[in-house]
Amino acid sequence: MASTATMAGTEPVFHLEEEHAHAEGSSTMLGFWLYLMSDCLIFAMLFAAYGVLGGNYAAGPAPKDLFDLNLVAVNTAMLLFSSITYGFAMLTMDKGRVAATQAWLAVTGLFGLAFLSIELYEFAHMIHEGATPQRSAFLSSFFTLVGTHGLHVTFGIVWLVTLMVQVARFGLIEANRRRLMCLSMFWHFLDVIWIGVFTFVYLMGMLR
Amino acid sequence: MPDTLTKFIFGRLTLESLPLHEPIVVATFIAVALGGIALLAAITYFKLWTYLWREWFTSVDHKKIGIMYMVLGLVMLLRGFSDAIMMRLQQAIAFNGSEGYLNSHHYDQIFTAHGVIMIFFVAMPFVTGLMNFVVPLQIGARDVSFPFLNNFSFWMTVGGAVLVMASLFVGEFARTGWLAYPPLSGIGYSPDVGVDYYIWALQVAGVGTTLSGINLICTIIKMRAPGMTMMRMPVFTWTSLCTNVLIVASFPVLTAVLAMLSLDRYVGTNFFTNDFGGNPMMYVNLIWIWGHPEVYILILPLFGVFSEVTSTFSGKRLFGYTSMVYATVVITILSYLVWLHHFFTMGSGASVNSFFGITTMIISIPTGAKIFNWLFTMYRGRIRFELPMMWTVAFMLTFTVGGMTGVLLAVPPADFVLHNSLFLIAHFHNVIIGGVLFGLFAGIAYWWPKAFGFKLDPFWGKVSFWCWVVGFWFAFMPLYILGLMGVTRRMRVFDDPSLQIWFVIAAFGAVLIAAGIAAFLIQIFVSIRKREALTDPTGDPWDGRTLEWATSSPPPAYNFAFTPVVRDNDAWWDMKKAGYVRPLSGFKPIHMPSNTGTGIILAGFSVALGFAMIWYIWWLAALSFVCLIATAIGHTFNYNRDFHIPAAEVTRTEEARTALLAAQG
Amino acid sequence: MKRFGALLLFPLAGLLSGCDLVVLAPAGDVAAQQRDLLVVSTLLMLIIIVPVMALTVFFAWRYRQSNASATYAPDWDHSTKLELVIWAAPLLIIICLGALTWLGTHLLDPYRRIDRIEPGQPVTQNHKPLRVEVVALDWKWLFIYPDYGIASVNELAAPVNQPIDFRITSSAVMNSFYIPALAGQIYAMPGMETKLHAVINQAGTYSGFSANYSGAGFSGMRFAFHGMSDDAFGQWVAQTRTASAKLDRDSYLDLEKPSENEPVRHYASVDPDLYGAILNLCVERGKMCMSEMMSIDAKGGLGLAGVRNTLPLQYDKVARRGAIFGNDPSYVASICTAEEAAAVSRASREDWPTYWPAKNLSPLRGAGLLRPGTDSRSAEADTSPLGMLRREL
Repeated sequence: MASTATMAGTEPVFHLEEEHAHAEGSSTMLGFWLYLMSDCLIFAMLFAAYGVLGGNYAAGPAPKDLFDLNLVAVNTAMLLFSSITYGFAMLTMDKGRVAATQAWLAVTGLFGLAFLSIELYEFAHMIHEGATPQRSAFLSSFFTLVGTHGLHVTFGIVWLVTLMVQVARFGLIEANRRRLMCLSMFWHFLDVIWIGVFTFVYLMGMLR
Repeated sequence: MPDTLTKFIFGRLTLESLPLHEPIVVATFIAVALGGIALLAAITYFKLWTYLWREWFTSVDHKKIGIMYMVLGLVMLLRGFSDAIMMRLQQAIAFNGSEGYLNSHHYDQIFTAHGVIMIFFVAMPFVTGLMNFVVPLQIGARDVSFPFLNNFSFWMTVGGAVLVMASLFVGEFARTGWLAYPPLSGIGYSPDVGVDYYIWALQVAGVGTTLSGINLICTIIKMRAPGMTMMRMPVFTWTSLCTNVLIVASFPVLTAVLAMLSLDRYVGTNFFTNDFGGNPMMYVNLIWIWGHPEVYILILPLFGVFSEVTSTFSGKRLFGYTSMVYATVVITILSYLVWLHHFFTMGSGASVNSFFGITTMIISIPTGAKIFNWLFTMYRGRIRFELPMMWTVAFMLTFTVGGMTGVLLAVPPADFVLHNSLFLIAHFHNVIIGGVLFGLFAGIAYWWPKAFGFKLDPFWGKVSFWCWVVGFWFAFMPLYILGLMGVTRRMRVFDDPSLQIWFVIAAFGAVLIAAGIAAFLIQIFVSIRKREALTDPTGDPWDGRTLEWATSSPPPAYNFAFTPVVRDNDAWWDMKKAGYVRPLSGFKPIHMPSNTGTGIILAGFSVALGFAMIWYIWWLAALSFVCLIATAIGHTFNYNRDFHIPAAEVTRTEEARTALLAAQG
Repeated sequence: MKRFGALLLFPLAGLLSGCDLVVLAPAGDVAAQQRDLLVVSTLLMLIIIVPVMALTVFFAWRYRQSNASATYAPDWDHSTKLELVIWAAPLLIIICLGALTWLGTHLLDPYRRIDRIEPGQPVTQNHKPLRVEVVALDWKWLFIYPDYGIASVNELAAPVNQPIDFRITSSAVMNSFYIPALAGQIYAMPGMETKLHAVINQAGTYSGFSANYSGAGFSGMRFAFHGMSDDAFGQWVAQTRTASAKLDRDSYLDLEKPSENEPVRHYASVDPDLYGAILNLCVERGKMCMSEMMSIDAKGGLGLAGVRNTLPLQYDKVARRGAIFGNDPSYVASICTAEEAAAVSRASREDWPTYWPAKNLSPLRGAGLLRPGTDSRSAEADTSPLGMLRREL
């Protein structure tokens, strides 16, 4: 890169002689981070809605009648484990070990699936008992907040599978590493959101 | 059985959904259909389809996308303005027991559509288009950070517009006002497709807007030419940055609140219902947390335009660059602290109301500082009254009045008597027309020669200018007065005959504005006809100051043959003063993104998905959703998204320009 | 640019031609104070707006390109002194306006009882406030007078120079209750109650309406507001009592159905618990009142046992309430009898006094608020906002 500072007496530099290519994907991390923040804002709105409506049971069930903390604790563990295994996938990716990376990604995906299954079981159980999203504003905001997180995890898994296919086909090329990095940010972001859900919805719900 | 089958195939779409009983709509449909057929036939006859597809629709060039945004804005302006003039006509004649010519079913759709279209599909595309075209040029970049995403964002905006336009002829639009407050917009009180059209149009367009916001932030942060520090960025780039920060930090709020409204409408949840513990007032709060920043999203880039124009046409550095930048940033932040001033009358306590009233007034301080900065940029300048500068002066005179009435409405007790009145309508048209629209016309006149290589015809431009400015005062001053007479907005019929004269004057103003729009279209037409005479071979017709004037008009696909290096915030002015000589040799191959049709295809599936959801056509919804995901995944398997423009081609292009410049002497 | 100035004058000339600018010439003291605030704020802002507009025109003319005699300083772009002025001038105006806003908003808070009937005449214990319960219906207004046990539709009457104490709600969608001649507006929202305090000082008929779009019949949602002498108001009450119709739950449900451009109606008697039921969205028999629901929710809901405590909607005033993937329209069933529900509803509403005890204003009547050397009489003549505040106190 040419220096913009000009020495006294020398001609000022007004353009670069060499092609000044912005490395491909140089903005990707920033862009993806911004996307995550905009997504975070969607969650913030859903949290806010839950904060406003969370006590409106419409003379129906309250959190303590519905939540099974043991189940949720297991669920939380699944998601936290998946984040750790994703971390291992990134470490092996840095070392360029394709097979190990793929294996860790697969484990991550399985943990994600386990998380989703438990969540779906929880939802099905609640709906079976009559605690449907329509029953009260509390339940509407609960199902929407937790369900939106679950939907994100679902997309994360679809994305994970896509990336595994791409890594299998094209190897750990620069573009794929970048994509794995983005998914990694996404996955950990969902973890952070879940910590919020677990604390704010489940733990504090039991205290209500 | 066939009935069930029809229901399965068409959902709730039936022949009765077509508004065949509304003669006005039928006539419009026939006119639009004939016009559309003529256009399609012409494109086919002149064999333009391939050209349009290859060079425009699939283009990832920020300049072409910017121009397409402007075309979209212009087309939708015609629709939005037709709604406006229909309202003016209805209100001018619906007196003395007359019902006017519009029933409430039709009239209520018109004012809703007018608001939605003007904000989302006129102002937003215009502003986004301007930023798209200008920002990469101003910062000396080849393109935006994510060129494919840019194309996709544009087509999603078009997708939203398509859904709104479809509602005119298939079914109906919302009858709720442009923000669709529940419970009125809930399934109980609006069971028809209108609100669903509203929701899906905004959601589809909203995806585009958010992604385009992310894209431009990255572009401004990452792609600036060497030497261009943040405090050397042109003011338009600064205001664009702040606008896009606002977009990214506010549109998700709209997405979330509309998603909750759709759940209420489709699944029967109780976010905003009256029963089962829902809270409609939460919607009002949430939507204004998006809605107020939206106002600044629209106006900030135009503040940038006025800064560029004032400085260029006064032949002078912008006065108080630093305070201009800080003023913009302060406005950006404060715009999140004022949303409650849109509903002081909800019954919040006096302390809450005063807090939001005073924060609103505080915004007028940086805004006032900006006005002063433009004023002192003119001071001791050499002002050339070309069209952009005329619009700027008209803006300064008009906008201050709108700003004053705005601060007035921020005083809660004054708002109690003026809220929802025509005074409010006059106020926000005063700032949106006087600020956003005047700014857009200034920007279009200013950057048109950069985009097309020839200036706009000044005569028709002046006709348009005077029609707009005079028409604006005629159309909205009566509304201020009517507001003081206690007349509320969204009324269809009136019983007090003494009001009529003011509505007639306002309608006259609207006709003048119509003439202004017509003159603008004529101006474009005439300019294209006279392009030889109006041509600008230099690339710098206004003696400009910022980098976009350093390259040719129209700029080559790669914008700059060599990446410029910046030493001053008026980079091009500095280069000219230092005797910069354009390099004539040593060109290198240039790395550029390739065109792709994925964006338009994805947007097409999104429109199908939205349409299917609106009409409860579940098979189509599922199908288009699967196609959407499959196409998106398929796109990621394409790793070859760029190419190099060979050095020889760059040399050829640059030599052509050298010859052109030499011909000028 | 000169043409521009002429255009600005045009609407001003229109203003002088004498149309009914009710917002600027109201007949009620609250609206008059709001008007004063409006005018004072405008004048305050004109201090800066007028010079800016004048300077814009002047600079545009003075520094036009053809004027070669004007100074041209192409590189002059900074002046600390000027910067200070351009930030400080709006700041000072906003500080004044902010102070005015803070005071005005608190003094004119619609929830606050009025202290004066008109300038110089404070509210005393002799003033018995007129209590009115206002319900915005699709698309008409219902006014209930609990002190008289009567009600009217699309007609409101009140005696002049008596405080009026409104409690406002809506049956279905959001509206805004606004009588420009009387006082500023306030929203009418379903399941919620807003308050408005006002007084009408001149007898006459004024127009009132909804100022928030509420659906197809919105344009016709207007009513006449009669400011009457005490005698005339007494006659109006007596006349209303002779009406044949009575307002109870059943006739209310009938009235509540959407209708447009309703004529004036009078009701000789009103079910005293009706307004509470409307406010709590439980006029339909068997439906749980919001007050009951909220007190249950505050205690933690009814648990899983309460999950199926819903009944299908019998009465539906709109065509269809249900969402396509939702349940059939239903409501939460009450677990108490109608009398118990009414009692809960009454208990949940704060005490609504029929007379206002005199306020002790001494904490507010700080001597510091009076300028030194001014006695209370000269403060009376003072029309500045601070002067108004002093009189207020």
